[in-house]
Amino acid sequence: MHARTLEAPATVGSSEVRELLKVERLTKKYGEHTAIADISFTVHEGEFVVLIGPSGAGKSTLLRSINRMIEPTSGHVWFDGMQVDALDKKGLRELRRKIGMIFQHYNLVDRLSVIENVLHGRLGYKSILTGSLGMYQAQEKERAMELITMLGLEEHTYKRADQLSGGQKQRVGIARALIQNPRLLLGDEPIASLDPKAAKTIMDYLKSIAHTLNISMIISLHQVQVALTYADRVLAVRQGRIVYDGLPRDLSLERVRDIYGADAGDLIIDTGDRHVD
Amino acid sequence: MSLDKSESIQNIVTQSGRLAASGRSIKVKPLSKSRLTMRITMIALAALTIYGFFVFDYKNISPWQGTIDMLTNFKTMFLSPHLAHLTFWEGAYAIVVTLAMAVLTTLISAFLAFFLALFAAQNLSNHTVARSIQAVAAFIRSIPTVLWVLIFAISAGLGSVAAIVGMSFHSISYLTKAYAESFEEMDQGLIEALRATGAHWWHIVFQAVLPMSLTYLISWTFMRFEINFGVSVAMGAAAGAGGIGFDMFMASAFYHDLREVGAITYYILVVAFLLEMLSLRMKSAVRGKMI
Amino acid sequence: MIGFFLILLIIVYGSQWVTAFSFIDGIASIPKALSWLVGNFYPTEKSLQKIPTILTKLVETLLLSIAAATVGAFFALFSAIFGARPTAFSKPLALFSRGLATLFRNIDVAAWSMILLFSFGQSALTGFFALFFASFGFLTRVFMETIDEVGLGAVEALRATGAGYWPIVFQAILPASQPLMISWTLFMIETNIRSAVLVGILTGSGVGFTFDLYYKNMNYNAAGLTIVFIAATILLLDRASNMIRRAIL
Repeated sequence: MHARTLEAPATVGSSEVRELLKVERLTKKYGEHTAIADISFTVHEGEFVVLIGPSGAGKSTLLRSINRMIEPTSGHVWFDGMQVDALDKKGLRELRRKIGMIFQHYNLVDRLSVIENVLHGRLGYKSILTGSLGMYQAQEKERAMELITMLGLEEHTYKRADQLSGGQKQRVGIARALIQNPRLLLGDEPIASLDPKAAKTIMDYLKSIAHTLNISMIISLHQVQVALTYADRVLAVRQGRIVYDGLPRDLSLERVRDIYGADAGDLIIDTGDRHVD
Repeated sequence: MSLDKSESIQNIVTQSGRLAASGRSIKVKPLSKSRLTMRITMIALAALTIYGFFVFDYKNISPWQGTIDMLTNFKTMFLSPHLAHLTFWEGAYAIVVTLAMAVLTTLISAFLAFFLALFAAQNLSNHTVARSIQAVAAFIRSIPTVLWVLIFAISAGLGSVAAIVGMSFHSISYLTKAYAESFEEMDQGLIEALRATGAHWWHIVFQAVLPMSLTYLISWTFMRFEINFGVSVAMGAAAGAGGIGFDMFMASAFYHDLREVGAITYYILVVAFLLEMLSLRMKSAVRGKMI
Repeated sequence: MIGFFLILLIIVYGSQWVTAFSFIDGIASIPKALSWLVGNFYPTEKSLQKIPTILTKLVETLLLSIAAATVGAFFALFSAIFGARPTAFSKPLALFSRGLATLFRNIDVAAWSMILLFSFGQSALTGFFALFFASFGFLTRVFMETIDEVGLGAVEALRATGAGYWPIVFQAILPASQPLMISWTLFMIETNIRSAVLVGILTGSGVGFTFDLYYKNMNYNAAGLTIVFIAATILLLDRASNMIRRAIL
């Protein structure tokens, strides 16, 4: 199963691009406070979507509503033929297996080795017993080694996660997500704690993974310029609502100012010479 | 750039095909020193526990019957407590006596430990002096409090004097270690700066060291007060020092009055809960100050 | 500032009055006690003959402390998993295990031993249960704090992969908190030995009782020798624990 995904990297830009995720009128309220309101959009296979917006705009809530780490109040989500909001416990596990997630603080188990952290991504496929005992098949271990090598971590395979740099930790996080064989990767500010050089490495990996392995991405970022550089499409959220959904090149400086409102003063936006592909 | 990356990923994709074909087994949980030590420790503890259960002196008491008795006794104690050999106010007074012993012990130890800690902190004191004080403190801590109290009871007689002095011995060595660690965590730069101005050592202590570490000192002291309350109860019972512990000992060992033991337990619980709440409040207040 | 010292003075004076404590007597007792200590630390030929008795009882007390801490740690582990924020799956259960731990922690070992005397008499079980309850209460609290510290991020990440509850507990929570938990259990063994001496004096068992017998019969050489052995055991245990801690943390 893994082998097939590996041997046949998808061809982006081929004639028909399928719809993978569809979000319809999604709303999440915490009591009186509305975190996200009436959000609708679709994501296609292999598409690299970047989510921007000021902090507290609802980016995290939106990402977590897609794999139901947060239960939305109303609205619908369809993913790869499943109606997410109607899934039972078993269906939910199946859904989460197909969606990888990476985090700002990496969320690794510090004391465990790189390879053990990577293999954690397979726990969604395990029964209570095999999962609790951490019994992995030879094939899974090989796949873990492949991913570790692919992300340039082979010499750190048996190092403890807390001995790695931030950028290396995030690569472990990516490997853990990829070993799930996901169709979609959610990233919650994955480069917010990294220095610019490590951030660029991570973004380059994500971009090439999206295009080579045909995995869609929804990545939230607070650096607008990075967003404009890497995104196939930009989604901007403000006060829980989508205020822009389109190509990065159509996103003007004024629109960005508008999105960030009073926070715009802090942004350094370079709009010239941006899209690398 | 990203083009290079995708190429490298493609390369690895093909490489990995070969890797998979080779089918060598991959180790997931390498046995590190840390893991090995943990495993040995856990196995040793489990083995000693099981061995212990075989050799304990049960004195013909069946563990199962005893456990059933215990549960019935708990029911009687906690559901129908009453006081027979002392009035409600006598009980309250006994609690005050126990608290007073804890207060005196804590204050005496805090005062002495502060000065000892100044000499025991590596950054404020001479290395040899610091080492020797730490060693003496470790030795004192290695003798359980009840033994200190009984040692002092030989010269001072059983009672509050022996209890408070004995408890203070242990308490002082505990606080000395805690205070010294608080001093050592301080910003070294500030002490150096003051030293450079030619300030006297005592000036540094009272102008910099004390204000900077005060919140830590208070929180450690209060924590020790909580411990000392429990110790006071115990010393009342074991060393005839009076207070609620002594009443409990009488109710249990002399009158065999289960329901009175229950009532006295409630006294202790109420005070212990109050102290814990107070301590949590103080900790959050102290933490707030530090931020 | 002056008000603070005034209040302090009143508290000290009040406490002194209530407990009938005298600073002068207190200070006077120190040199006497220390000279006793020095005088009786010299083992005599007669007291040396007691070594086998003392050692047998000491081993029993040591085993009791280890058993109570180990069994306490085992139950505390489950109680902490049910009670800690990252792993709690049912609110009533979490409140129950937190409440239970608070209850057990706030009744001192000495009080426990006097309570348990009714059920188990002078057998080792009185001491075992007293130490076990105290260990359970204390360890539940520190284990919960440990899980709270290490848990939230990793639990979120593993939930997002679709992993079930027990695999998350066994593969993320336990490996992350195991070293600290072992370290606390070792600390508990040390505390238990000190407490066991006290419990022994109160309930007539273990090395505490041995000491009490010599002490009450004014066989101070033997009592002093018992103290030496107890102190040495605690110091050795402290050394061993620190060595293990260095290797695992």
